[in-house]
Amino acid sequence: MSSINEIQDEIVSEFEILGDDRESTIFYIMELGGNLEDFPVEEQKEDNIIKGCQSKVWLIADENDGKVHFKADSNTDITKGLISLLIRVLNDRTPEEIIHADLNFINRIGMGSIIGSQRSNGLASMIKQMKLYAIAFQTKLNA
Amino acid sequence: MNFDVNQIRGLFPVLHQEVHGKPLIYFDNAATTQKPKQVLEALTSYYEKDNSNIHRGAHALADRATQYFENTRESVRRFINAKESAEIIFTKGTTESINLVAQTFGRKFIGKGDEIIISTMEHHSNIVPWQMLCEATGAVLKIIPVHENGELDFQEFEKLLTSKTKLLSVVHASNALGTINPVKKMIDAAHAVGAKVLLDGAQSTSHLEIDVVELDCDFMVFSAHKLYGPTGLGVLYGKREILEAMPPFLGGGEMIKEVTFEKTTYNDIPFKFEAGTPNIADVIAFDAAIEFIDSLGKKAIKEHEDELLSYANELTADIKGFQPIGTAKQKVSVLSFNINGMHPFDVGQMLDARGIAVRTGHHCTQPLMKRFGIEGTVRASFAVYNTKSEIEQMAEGIARIAKIKNK
Ligand SMILES: Cc1ncc(COP(=O)(O)O)c(C=O)c1O
Repeated sequence: MSSINEIQDEIVSEFEILGDDRESTIFYIMELGGNLEDFPVEEQKEDNIIKGCQSKVWLIADENDGKVHFKADSNTDITKGLISLLIRVLNDRTPEEIIHADLNFINRIGMGSIIGSQRSNGLASMIKQMKLYAIAFQTKLNA
Repeated sequence: MNFDVNQIRGLFPVLHQEVHGKPLIYFDNAATTQKPKQVLEALTSYYEKDNSNIHRGAHALADRATQYFENTRESVRRFINAKESAEIIFTKGTTESINLVAQTFGRKFIGKGDEIIISTMEHHSNIVPWQMLCEATGAVLKIIPVHENGELDFQEFEKLLTSKTKLLSVVHASNALGTINPVKKMIDAAHAVGAKVLLDGAQSTSHLEIDVVELDCDFMVFSAHKLYGPTGLGVLYGKREILEAMPPFLGGGEMIKEVTFEKTTYNDIPFKFEAGTPNIADVIAFDAAIEFIDSLGKKAIKEHEDELLSYANELTADIKGFQPIGTAKQKVSVLSFNINGMHPFDVGQMLDARGIAVRTGHHCTQPLMKRFGIEGTVRASFAVYNTKSEIEQMAEGIARIAKIKNK
Protein backbone atom coordinates (compact mmCIF):
# COMPACT_ATOMS: atom_id res chain seq x y z
CA MET A 1 0.00 0.00 0.00
CA SER A 2 1.26 3.45 -0.93
CA SER A 3 2.19 5.83 1.84
CA ILE A 4 0.09 8.81 2.85
CA ASN A 5 2.47 11.11 1.03
CA GLU A 6 2.55 9.02 -2.12
CA ILE A 7 -1.22 9.10 -2.32
CA GLN A 8 -1.23 12.83 -1.74
CA ASP A 9 1.23 13.24 -4.62
CA GLU A 10 -1.07 11.16 -6.83
CA ILE A 11 -4.05 13.34 -6.00
CA VAL A 12 -2.11 16.52 -6.67
CA SER A 13 -1.05 15.31 -10.11
CA GLU A 14 -4.62 14.26 -10.95
CA PHE A 15 -5.81 17.76 -10.15
CA GLU A 16 -2.94 19.28 -12.12
CA ILE A 17 -4.17 17.47 -15.22
CA LEU A 18 -7.54 19.18 -14.82
CA GLY A 19 -5.84 22.54 -15.16
CA ASP A 20 -7.39 25.84 -14.19
CA ASP A 21 -10.95 25.25 -15.25
CA ARG A 22 -12.93 25.54 -12.08
CA GLU A 23 -16.07 23.98 -13.35
CA SER A 24 -14.29 20.82 -14.56
CA THR A 25 -12.50 20.64 -11.23
CA ILE A 26 -15.77 20.79 -9.33
CA PHE A 27 -17.37 18.21 -11.64
CA TYR A 28 -14.37 15.99 -10.96
CA ILE A 29 -14.70 16.37 -7.19
CA MET A 30 -18.38 15.45 -7.49
CA GLU A 31 -17.54 12.35 -9.47
CA LEU A 32 -15.06 11.27 -6.81
CA GLY A 33 -17.98 11.02 -4.41
CA GLY A 34 -19.03 7.94 -6.40
CA ASN A 35 -15.99 6.11 -4.98
CA LEU A 36 -17.38 6.15 -1.46
CA GLU A 37 -18.23 2.80 0.02
CA ASP A 38 -21.93 2.28 0.70
CA PHE A 39 -22.91 3.92 3.94
CA PRO A 40 -25.35 2.04 6.20
CA VAL A 41 -28.65 3.93 6.25
CA GLU A 42 -29.10 3.26 9.97
CA GLU A 43 -25.86 5.12 10.65
CA GLN A 44 -27.25 8.31 9.08
CA LYS A 45 -28.11 9.57 12.50
CA GLU A 46 -27.53 12.72 14.45
CA ASP A 47 -24.67 11.21 16.52
CA ASN A 48 -22.59 10.60 13.43
CA ILE A 49 -23.00 14.05 11.91
CA ILE A 50 -19.82 16.09 11.84
CA LYS A 51 -20.35 19.42 13.56
CA GLY A 52 -19.23 22.48 11.70
CA CYS A 53 -20.21 21.43 8.20
CA GLN A 54 -22.84 23.35 6.24
CA SER A 55 -23.96 20.24 4.43
CA LYS A 56 -24.74 17.08 6.33
CA VAL A 57 -21.75 14.76 6.67
CA TRP A 58 -21.92 11.43 8.46
CA LEU A 59 -18.71 9.71 9.49
CA ILE A 60 -18.17 6.39 11.23
CA ALA A 61 -15.01 4.42 11.88
CA ASP A 62 -13.95 1.04 13.20
CA GLU A 63 -10.63 -0.55 13.96
CA ASN A 64 -9.29 -3.84 12.66
CA ASP A 65 -5.82 -5.24 13.31
CA GLY A 66 -4.68 -1.85 14.50
CA LYS A 67 -5.90 -0.07 11.36
CA VAL A 68 -8.72 2.45 11.23
CA HIS A 69 -11.44 2.05 8.61
CA PHE A 70 -13.68 5.01 7.81
CA LYS A 71 -17.04 5.20 6.11
CA ALA A 72 -18.73 8.49 5.27
CA ASP A 73 -21.68 9.97 3.46
CA SER A 74 -23.14 13.37 2.75
CA ASN A 75 -26.27 14.94 1.34
CA THR A 76 -24.28 16.96 -1.19
CA ASP A 77 -22.17 15.60 -4.01
CA ILE A 78 -19.28 18.04 -3.66
CA THR A 79 -18.90 17.19 0.01
CA LYS A 80 -18.99 13.48 -0.82
CA GLY A 81 -16.14 14.07 -3.22
CA LEU A 82 -14.13 15.93 -0.61
CA ILE A 83 -14.51 13.30 2.04
CA SER A 84 -13.73 10.57 -0.46
CA LEU A 85 -10.35 12.26 -0.95
CA LEU A 86 -9.70 12.26 2.79
CA ILE A 87 -10.69 8.63 3.05
CA ARG A 88 -8.46 7.70 0.14
CA VAL A 89 -5.51 9.21 1.99
CA LEU A 90 -6.26 8.10 5.54
CA ASN A 91 -8.16 4.83 5.29
CA ASP A 92 -6.81 1.59 6.76
CA ARG A 93 -3.84 3.18 8.45
CA THR A 94 -2.70 3.05 12.04
CA PRO A 95 -4.02 5.65 14.46
CA GLU A 96 -0.45 6.90 14.78
CA GLU A 97 -0.19 7.58 11.03
CA ILE A 98 -3.56 9.32 10.94
CA ILE A 99 -2.84 11.51 13.93
CA HIS A 100 0.46 12.68 12.46
CA ALA A 101 -0.64 12.94 8.85
CA ASP A 102 0.17 16.29 7.30
CA LEU A 103 -2.58 16.67 4.72
CA ASN A 104 -0.68 19.05 2.48
CA PHE A 105 -2.50 18.01 -0.70
CA ILE A 106 -5.35 20.33 0.24
CA ASN A 107 -3.18 23.43 0.01
CA ARG A 108 -1.15 22.12 -2.88
CA ILE A 109 -4.33 21.73 -4.94
CA GLY A 110 -5.50 25.15 -3.84
CA MET A 111 -8.66 23.51 -2.54
CA GLY A 112 -9.56 26.54 -0.44
CA SER A 113 -10.10 28.72 -3.46
CA ILE A 114 -11.91 25.98 -5.37
CA ILE A 115 -14.50 25.23 -2.74
CA GLY A 116 -14.72 28.53 -0.88
CA SER A 117 -14.46 29.34 2.79
CA GLN A 118 -17.65 27.69 4.10
CA ARG A 119 -16.72 24.35 2.62
CA SER A 120 -13.08 24.74 3.65
CA ASN A 121 -14.21 25.08 7.22
CA GLY A 122 -16.31 21.97 6.75
CA LEU A 123 -13.30 20.13 5.33
CA ALA A 124 -11.24 21.13 8.38
CA SER A 125 -14.00 19.75 10.62
CA MET A 126 -13.95 16.46 8.72
CA ILE A 127 -10.19 16.13 9.19
CA LYS A 128 -10.50 16.96 12.85
CA GLN A 129 -13.19 14.32 13.32
CA MET A 130 -11.09 11.68 11.56
CA LYS A 131 -8.13 12.50 13.79
CA LEU A 132 -10.35 12.37 16.87
CA TYR A 133 -11.42 8.86 15.89
CA ALA A 134 -7.77 7.92 15.49
CA ILE A 135 -6.92 9.30 18.92
CA ALA A 136 -9.80 7.34 20.45
CA PHE A 137 -8.63 4.09 18.82
CA GLN A 138 -5.04 4.73 19.84
CA THR A 139 -6.12 5.17 23.43
CA LYS A 140 -8.08 1.94 23.22
CA LEU A 141 -5.20 0.03 21.62
CA ASN A 142 -2.73 1.24 24.24
CA ALA A 143 -5.03 0.42 27.13
CA MET B 1 -32.44 59.22 -17.49
CA ASN B 2 -33.59 56.77 -20.13
CA PHE B 3 -33.46 53.14 -19.23
CA ASP B 4 -30.19 52.13 -20.81
CA VAL B 5 -28.70 49.07 -19.12
CA ASN B 6 -25.19 49.73 -20.36
CA GLN B 7 -25.27 53.24 -19.05
CA ILE B 8 -26.64 51.98 -15.73
CA ARG B 9 -23.91 49.35 -15.48
CA GLY B 10 -21.36 52.10 -15.94
CA LEU B 11 -22.48 53.54 -12.61
CA PHE B 12 -21.64 50.35 -10.68
CA PRO B 13 -17.87 49.91 -10.30
CA VAL B 14 -18.21 46.53 -8.58
CA LEU B 15 -19.82 44.92 -11.62
CA HIS B 16 -16.71 45.39 -13.70
CA GLN B 17 -14.58 42.57 -12.40
CA GLU B 18 -13.79 38.97 -13.11
CA VAL B 19 -14.56 36.15 -10.73
CA HIS B 20 -12.59 32.94 -11.24
CA GLY B 21 -11.50 34.31 -14.59
CA LYS B 22 -15.08 34.94 -15.78
CA PRO B 23 -16.96 38.24 -15.88
CA LEU B 24 -19.00 38.64 -12.71
CA ILE B 25 -22.73 38.02 -13.10
CA TYR B 26 -24.34 39.31 -9.93
CA PHE B 27 -27.68 37.62 -9.30
CA ASP B 28 -27.78 37.90 -5.51
CA ASN B 29 -29.68 41.15 -5.47
CA ALA B 30 -32.37 40.01 -3.05
CA ALA B 31 -29.60 39.60 -0.47
CA THR B 32 -28.14 43.00 -1.18
CA THR B 33 -27.88 45.21 -4.24
CA GLN B 34 -24.70 46.83 -5.48
CA LYS B 35 -24.15 50.54 -4.96
CA PRO B 36 -23.92 53.14 -7.73
CA LYS B 37 -21.06 55.65 -7.85
CA GLN B 38 -23.29 58.44 -6.56
CA VAL B 39 -23.78 56.58 -3.29
CA LEU B 40 -20.07 55.86 -2.91
CA GLU B 41 -19.23 59.47 -3.67
CA ALA B 42 -21.78 60.75 -1.17
CA LEU B 43 -20.14 58.60 1.49
CA THR B 44 -16.63 59.89 0.85
CA SER B 45 -17.82 63.42 0.38
CA TYR B 46 -19.51 63.38 3.76
CA TYR B 47 -16.37 62.20 5.53
CA GLU B 48 -14.13 64.54 3.54
CA LYS B 49 -16.21 67.68 3.90
CA ASP B 50 -19.04 67.50 6.39
CA ASN B 51 -18.26 64.99 9.12
CA SER B 52 -19.77 66.17 12.41
CA ASN B 53 -22.42 65.16 14.86
CA ILE B 54 -25.93 66.22 13.98
CA HIS B 55 -28.82 67.97 15.74
CA ARG B 56 -26.42 69.39 18.33
CA GLY B 57 -23.46 71.54 17.37
CA ALA B 58 -23.89 75.21 16.63
CA HIS B 59 -21.28 75.22 13.90
CA ALA B 60 -21.30 75.17 10.14
CA LEU B 61 -20.36 71.53 9.65
CA ALA B 62 -22.93 70.25 12.11
CA ASP B 63 -25.50 72.42 10.45
CA ARG B 64 -24.69 71.06 7.02
CA ALA B 65 -24.63 67.43 8.13
CA THR B 66 -27.94 67.87 9.93
CA GLN B 67 -29.46 69.38 6.86
CA TYR B 68 -28.27 66.53 4.60
CA PHE B 69 -29.43 63.96 7.14
CA GLU B 70 -32.88 65.49 7.30
CA ASN B 71 -32.96 65.80 3.51
CA THR B 72 -32.77 62.02 3.30
CA ARG B 73 -35.65 61.71 5.73
CA GLU B 74 -37.70 63.91 3.43
CA SER B 75 -36.63 61.86 0.39
CA VAL B 76 -37.67 58.65 2.10
CA ARG B 77 -41.00 60.24 2.94
CA ARG B 78 -41.50 61.11 -0.71
CA PHE B 79 -40.26 57.66 -1.79
CA ILE B 80 -43.08 55.91 0.07
CA ASN B 81 -45.46 58.87 0.00
CA ALA B 82 -45.80 59.20 3.77
CA LYS B 83 -47.69 62.23 5.04
CA GLU B 84 -44.82 63.78 6.98
CA SER B 85 -41.12 63.14 7.45
CA ALA B 86 -41.55 62.76 11.23
CA GLU B 87 -43.13 59.40 10.43
CA ILE B 88 -39.78 58.16 9.05
CA ILE B 89 -37.47 56.62 11.64
CA PHE B 90 -33.97 55.50 10.82
CA THR B 91 -32.87 52.13 12.19
CA LYS B 92 -30.13 49.60 11.48
CA GLY B 93 -32.32 47.71 9.06
CA THR B 94 -35.54 45.79 8.51
CA THR B 95 -34.66 43.47 11.38
CA GLU B 96 -34.20 46.27 13.88
CA SER B 97 -37.34 48.02 12.66
CA ILE B 98 -39.46 44.93 13.30
CA ASN B 99 -37.86 44.39 16.71
CA LEU B 100 -38.54 48.02 17.56
CA VAL B 101 -42.23 47.61 16.82
CA ALA B 102 -42.39 44.31 18.70
CA GLN B 103 -40.65 45.72 21.78
CA THR B 104 -42.57 49.01 21.95
CA PHE B 105 -45.92 48.76 20.20
CA GLY B 106 -46.07 45.07 21.02
CA ARG B 107 -45.22 45.41 24.71
CA LYS B 108 -47.76 48.17 25.16
CA PHE B 109 -50.67 47.08 23.02
CA ILE B 110 -50.48 43.29 22.77
CA GLY B 111 -51.27 41.16 25.78
CA LYS B 112 -52.18 37.70 26.96
CA GLY B 113 -54.54 35.88 24.61
CA ASP B 114 -54.21 38.51 21.87
CA GLU B 115 -53.26 37.24 18.45
CA ILE B 116 -50.58 38.21 15.95
CA ILE B 117 -50.89 36.94 12.39
CA ILE B 118 -47.87 36.29 10.20
CA SER B 119 -47.49 34.03 7.17
CA THR B 120 -45.61 30.85 6.34
CA MET B 121 -43.40 32.78 3.93
CA GLU B 122 -41.96 35.25 6.45
CA HIS B 123 -38.26 35.92 6.78
CA HIS B 124 -36.97 34.83 10.20
CA SER B 125 -36.74 38.50 11.12
CA ASN B 126 -40.52 38.70 10.86
CA ILE B 127 -41.01 35.54 12.92
CA VAL B 128 -38.58 35.54 15.82
CA PRO B 129 -39.39 39.02 17.24
CA TRP B 130 -43.05 37.99 17.45
CA GLN B 131 -42.20 34.66 19.05
CA MET B 132 -40.19 36.57 21.64
CA LEU B 133 -43.10 38.92 22.22
CA CYS B 134 -45.56 36.03 22.54
CA GLU B 135 -43.28 34.33 25.02
CA ALA B 136 -43.08 37.47 27.12
CA THR B 137 -46.76 38.42 26.98
CA GLY B 138 -48.72 35.23 26.44
CA ALA B 139 -49.97 36.43 23.06
CA VAL B 140 -50.52 33.82 20.34
CA LEU B 141 -48.95 33.60 16.89
CA LYS B 142 -51.21 32.57 14.00
CA ILE B 143 -49.82 31.51 10.65
CA ILE B 144 -51.32 32.03 7.18
CA PRO B 145 -50.67 28.94 5.03
CA VAL B 146 -49.14 29.06 1.54
CA HIS B 147 -50.43 27.37 -1.62
CA GLU B 148 -48.26 25.07 -3.71
CA ASN B 149 -47.61 27.88 -6.22
CA GLY B 150 -46.26 30.13 -3.49
CA GLU B 151 -49.31 32.34 -3.04
CA LEU B 152 -50.86 32.99 0.36
CA ASP B 153 -54.07 31.17 1.15
CA PHE B 154 -56.35 34.18 1.36
CA GLN B 155 -59.39 32.25 2.53
CA GLU B 156 -57.47 30.79 5.45
CA PHE B 157 -56.13 34.25 6.22
CA GLU B 158 -59.67 35.61 6.47
CA LYS B 159 -60.60 32.81 8.84
CA LEU B 160 -57.71 33.74 11.15
CA LEU B 161 -58.96 37.31 11.52
CA THR B 162 -60.99 37.78 14.69
CA SER B 163 -61.53 40.41 17.33
CA LYS B 164 -58.50 38.91 19.10
CA THR B 165 -56.22 39.87 16.22
CA LYS B 166 -54.08 42.81 17.26
CA LEU B 167 -51.50 42.79 14.52
CA LEU B 168 -50.93 41.43 11.03
CA SER B 169 -47.23 41.42 10.16
CA VAL B 170 -46.69 40.24 6.63
CA VAL B 171 -44.10 40.32 3.90
CA HIS B 172 -44.99 42.47 0.88
CA ALA B 173 -42.82 40.45 -1.53
CA SER B 174 -41.23 37.16 -0.54
CA ASN B 175 -37.44 37.02 -0.59
CA ALA B 176 -37.43 33.26 -1.11
CA LEU B 177 -40.13 32.93 -3.78
CA GLY B 178 -40.69 36.40 -5.19
CA THR B 179 -44.45 36.23 -4.53
CA ILE B 180 -46.08 39.66 -4.29
CA ASN B 181 -48.82 39.41 -1.68
CA PRO B 182 -52.20 41.14 -2.12
CA VAL B 183 -51.38 43.47 0.75
CA LYS B 184 -53.98 46.15 0.07
CA LYS B 185 -56.77 43.59 0.45
CA MET B 186 -55.08 42.13 3.52
CA ILE B 187 -54.65 45.50 5.19
CA ASP B 188 -58.30 46.37 4.65
CA ALA B 189 -59.41 43.01 6.01
CA ALA B 190 -57.18 43.35 9.08
CA HIS B 191 -58.38 46.88 9.74
CA ALA B 192 -61.95 45.65 9.58
CA VAL B 193 -61.34 43.62 12.75
CA GLY B 194 -59.43 46.47 14.38
CA ALA B 195 -55.94 45.06 13.91
CA LYS B 196 -52.87 47.08 12.95
CA VAL B 197 -50.68 46.05 10.03
CA LEU B 198 -46.91 45.95 9.56
CA LEU B 199 -45.60 45.45 6.03
CA ASP B 200 -42.15 43.96 5.56
CA GLY B 201 -41.06 45.87 2.49
CA ALA B 202 -37.47 44.59 2.41
CA GLN B 203 -38.03 43.02 -1.00
CA SER B 204 -40.77 45.20 -2.42
CA THR B 205 -39.42 48.73 -2.09
CA SER B 206 -36.78 48.33 -4.78
CA HIS B 207 -39.24 46.95 -7.33
CA LEU B 208 -42.69 48.34 -6.68
CA GLU B 209 -44.23 51.77 -6.40
CA ILE B 210 -45.00 52.29 -2.72
CA ASP B 211 -47.69 54.56 -1.34
CA VAL B 212 -48.20 54.02 2.38
CA VAL B 213 -51.18 56.36 2.49
CA GLU B 214 -53.01 54.50 -0.23
CA LEU B 215 -52.02 51.12 1.23
CA ASP B 216 -53.02 52.44 4.65
CA CYS B 217 -50.50 50.19 6.41
CA ASP B 218 -49.71 51.22 9.97
CA PHE B 219 -46.03 50.33 9.74
CA MET B 220 -43.70 49.65 6.86
CA VAL B 221 -40.13 48.50 7.27
CA PHE B 222 -37.24 48.13 4.82
CA SER B 223 -33.45 48.16 4.45
CA ALA B 224 -31.37 50.67 2.50
CA HIS B 225 -28.87 48.04 1.38
CA LYS B 226 -31.46 46.27 -0.76
CA LEU B 227 -32.26 49.60 -2.41
CA TYR B 228 -28.85 50.41 -3.88
CA GLY B 229 -27.98 52.17 -0.61
CA PRO B 230 -25.50 51.49 2.20
CA THR B 231 -25.58 48.61 4.68
CA GLY B 232 -26.49 49.03 8.32
CA LEU B 233 -29.38 51.37 7.66
CA GLY B 234 -33.10 50.78 7.61
CA VAL B 235 -36.38 52.56 7.86
CA LEU B 236 -39.40 52.25 10.06
CA TYR B 237 -42.42 54.10 8.77
CA GLY B 238 -45.29 54.41 11.22
CA LYS B 239 -48.45 56.48 11.34
CA ARG B 240 -47.94 59.50 13.60
CA GLU B 241 -50.68 58.71 16.09
CA ILE B 242 -49.36 55.19 16.58
CA LEU B 243 -45.72 56.23 16.90
CA GLU B 244 -46.73 58.86 19.42
CA ALA B 245 -48.62 56.32 21.50
CA MET B 246 -45.67 53.93 21.53
CA PRO B 247 -43.10 54.01 24.34
CA PRO B 248 -39.47 54.62 23.30
CA PHE B 249 -37.19 51.75 22.30
CA LEU B 250 -33.63 52.56 23.35
CA GLY B 251 -32.86 55.16 25.97
CA GLY B 252 -30.03 57.68 25.67
CA GLY B 253 -29.08 60.90 23.93
CA GLU B 254 -31.15 62.46 21.12
CA MET B 255 -34.35 60.79 22.25
CA ILE B 256 -35.00 62.99 25.28
CA LYS B 257 -36.50 66.40 25.88
CA GLU B 258 -35.24 66.83 29.39
CA VAL B 259 -33.45 64.56 31.80
CA THR B 260 -33.45 64.96 35.56
CA PHE B 261 -32.80 62.15 37.99
CA GLU B 262 -36.44 62.33 39.01
CA LYS B 263 -38.02 62.19 35.59
CA THR B 264 -37.11 62.19 31.92
CA THR B 265 -39.38 63.49 29.21
CA TYR B 266 -39.05 62.09 25.74
CA ASN B 267 -38.42 63.91 22.53
CA ASP B 268 -41.00 64.07 19.75
CA ILE B 269 -41.08 61.60 16.87
CA PRO B 270 -38.97 60.67 15.00
CA PHE B 271 -36.19 61.50 17.49
CA LYS B 272 -37.87 59.60 20.31
CA PHE B 273 -36.87 56.42 18.47
CA GLU B 274 -33.39 57.49 17.39
CA ALA B 275 -31.33 57.29 20.56
CA GLY B 276 -27.62 58.00 20.27
CA THR B 277 -25.57 59.21 17.33
CA PRO B 278 -27.18 57.70 14.28
CA ASN B 279 -25.59 56.24 11.17
CA ILE B 280 -25.09 59.72 9.72
CA ALA B 281 -22.87 58.93 6.74
CA ASP B 282 -25.05 56.12 5.48
CA VAL B 283 -28.27 58.08 5.91
CA ILE B 284 -26.79 60.92 3.89
CA ALA B 285 -25.56 58.55 1.17
CA PHE B 286 -28.95 56.83 1.05
CA ASP B 287 -30.36 60.01 -0.45
CA ALA B 288 -28.20 59.40 -3.52
CA ALA B 289 -29.61 55.86 -3.80
CA ILE B 290 -33.17 57.14 -3.75
CA GLU B 291 -32.30 59.75 -6.31
CA PHE B 292 -30.82 57.02 -8.49
CA ILE B 293 -34.01 54.95 -8.29
CA ASP B 294 -36.17 58.01 -8.93
CA SER B 295 -34.09 58.94 -11.96
CA LEU B 296 -34.98 55.61 -13.55
CA GLY B 297 -38.53 55.39 -12.25
CA LYS B 298 -40.06 52.34 -10.61
CA LYS B 299 -42.19 51.66 -13.65
CA ALA B 300 -39.21 51.32 -15.97
CA ILE B 301 -37.34 49.31 -13.33
CA LYS B 302 -40.23 46.86 -12.93
CA GLU B 303 -40.62 46.49 -16.68
CA HIS B 304 -36.94 45.72 -17.10
CA GLU B 305 -36.89 43.23 -14.24
CA ASP B 306 -40.12 41.56 -15.37
CA GLU B 307 -38.58 41.09 -18.78
CA LEU B 308 -35.51 39.47 -17.23
CA LEU B 309 -37.65 37.18 -15.10
CA SER B 310 -39.85 36.00 -17.94
CA TYR B 311 -36.79 35.47 -20.11
CA ALA B 312 -35.24 33.36 -17.34
CA ASN B 313 -38.47 31.39 -16.99
CA GLU B 314 -38.58 30.82 -20.70
CA LEU B 315 -34.96 29.66 -21.00
CA THR B 316 -35.13 27.29 -18.03
CA ALA B 317 -38.61 25.85 -18.64
CA ASP B 318 -37.43 22.94 -20.76
CA ILE B 319 -34.30 22.02 -18.83
CA LYS B 320 -34.68 18.45 -17.66
CA GLY B 321 -34.67 18.26 -13.87
CA PHE B 322 -35.28 22.00 -13.40
CA GLN B 323 -37.83 22.58 -10.64
CA PRO B 324 -39.00 26.16 -10.09
CA ILE B 325 -40.12 26.88 -6.52
CA GLY B 326 -42.73 29.62 -6.34
CA THR B 327 -44.75 30.28 -9.46
CA ALA B 328 -47.16 32.92 -8.21
CA LYS B 329 -48.86 35.08 -10.80
CA GLN B 330 -47.50 38.28 -9.27
CA LYS B 331 -43.78 38.17 -8.59
CA VAL B 332 -40.78 40.40 -8.15
CA SER B 333 -37.67 39.35 -10.05
CA VAL B 334 -36.76 36.27 -8.04
CA LEU B 335 -36.19 32.87 -9.62
CA SER B 336 -35.99 30.20 -6.94
CA PHE B 337 -35.33 26.64 -8.07
CA ASN B 338 -33.86 23.25 -7.45
CA ILE B 339 -32.31 20.72 -9.74
CA ASN B 340 -33.56 17.22 -9.39
CA GLY B 341 -31.06 15.02 -7.56
CA MET B 342 -28.75 17.85 -6.60
CA HIS B 343 -28.13 19.86 -3.48
CA PRO B 344 -28.68 23.61 -3.93
CA PHE B 345 -25.28 24.32 -2.38
CA ASP B 346 -23.56 22.26 -5.08
CA VAL B 347 -25.53 23.98 -7.81
CA GLY B 348 -24.58 27.37 -6.38
CA GLN B 349 -20.93 26.45 -6.25
CA MET B 350 -20.97 25.29 -9.85
CA LEU B 351 -22.63 28.50 -10.98
CA ASP B 352 -20.01 30.40 -8.99
CA ALA B 353 -17.36 28.61 -11.03
CA ARG B 354 -18.90 30.40 -14.02
CA GLY B 355 -18.74 33.75 -12.26
CA ILE B 356 -22.46 33.68 -11.49
CA ALA B 357 -23.35 34.77 -7.95
CA VAL B 358 -26.58 33.27 -6.62
CA ARG B 359 -27.84 32.50 -3.15
CA THR B 360 -28.38 28.95 -1.94
CA GLY B 361 -30.01 27.60 1.18
CA HIS B 362 -33.12 28.37 3.16
CA HIS B 363 -32.97 32.16 2.67
CA CYS B 364 -33.87 32.68 6.34
CA THR B 365 -37.28 31.17 5.64
CA GLN B 366 -37.00 27.71 7.17
CA PRO B 367 -40.74 27.27 7.85
CA LEU B 368 -41.40 28.00 4.17
CA MET B 369 -38.80 25.46 3.08
CA LYS B 370 -40.44 22.94 5.38
CA ARG B 371 -43.81 23.73 3.76
CA PHE B 372 -42.32 22.72 0.41
CA GLY B 373 -40.53 19.72 1.90
CA ILE B 374 -37.13 20.98 0.81
CA GLU B 375 -33.95 21.96 2.57
CA GLY B 376 -33.36 25.00 0.44
CA THR B 377 -33.30 26.42 -3.06
CA VAL B 378 -30.99 28.15 -5.46
CA ARG B 379 -32.13 31.74 -5.83
CA ALA B 380 -31.27 34.07 -8.68
CA SER B 381 -32.62 37.58 -8.17
CA PHE B 382 -32.36 40.32 -10.76
CA ALA B 383 -31.83 44.06 -10.53
CA VAL B 384 -31.70 47.12 -12.78
CA TYR B 385 -28.17 46.43 -14.00
CA ASN B 386 -28.70 42.83 -15.07
CA THR B 387 -28.94 41.92 -18.75
CA LYS B 388 -30.58 39.33 -20.95
CA SER B 389 -27.19 38.09 -21.96
CA GLU B 390 -26.42 37.35 -18.30
CA ILE B 391 -29.69 35.39 -18.09
CA GLU B 392 -28.63 33.39 -21.13
CA GLN B 393 -25.32 32.51 -19.51
CA MET B 394 -27.05 31.44 -16.33
CA ALA B 395 -29.52 29.26 -18.25
CA GLU B 396 -26.62 27.68 -20.11
CA GLY B 397 -24.88 26.95 -16.80
CA ILE B 398 -28.03 25.49 -15.27
CA ALA B 399 -28.59 23.27 -18.31
CA ARG B 400 -25.04 21.93 -18.08
CA ILE B 401 -25.30 21.30 -14.34
CA ALA B 402 -28.74 19.69 -14.58
CA LYS B 403 -27.43 17.22 -17.13
CA ILE B 404 -25.15 15.60 -14.56
CA LYS B 405 -28.11 14.01 -12.81
CA ASN B 406 -30.85 14.31 -15.42
CA LYS B 407 -29.71 12.61 -18.60
C1 LIG C 1 -38.28 39.78 3.31
C2 LIG C 1 -37.15 40.16 4.20
N1 LIG C 1 -37.39 40.57 5.45
C3 LIG C 1 -36.41 40.94 6.27
C4 LIG C 1 -35.09 40.90 5.89
C5 LIG C 1 -34.03 41.31 6.87
O1 LIG C 1 -33.38 42.47 6.43
P1 LIG C 1 -32.06 43.00 7.14
O2 LIG C 1 -31.14 41.83 7.23
O3 LIG C 1 -31.56 44.06 6.22
O4 LIG C 1 -32.45 43.52 8.47
C6 LIG C 1 -34.78 40.48 4.61
C7 LIG C 1 -33.37 40.40 4.17
O5 LIG C 1 -32.86 39.40 3.75
C8 LIG C 1 -35.83 40.10 3.74
O6 LIG C 1 -35.57 39.68 2.50
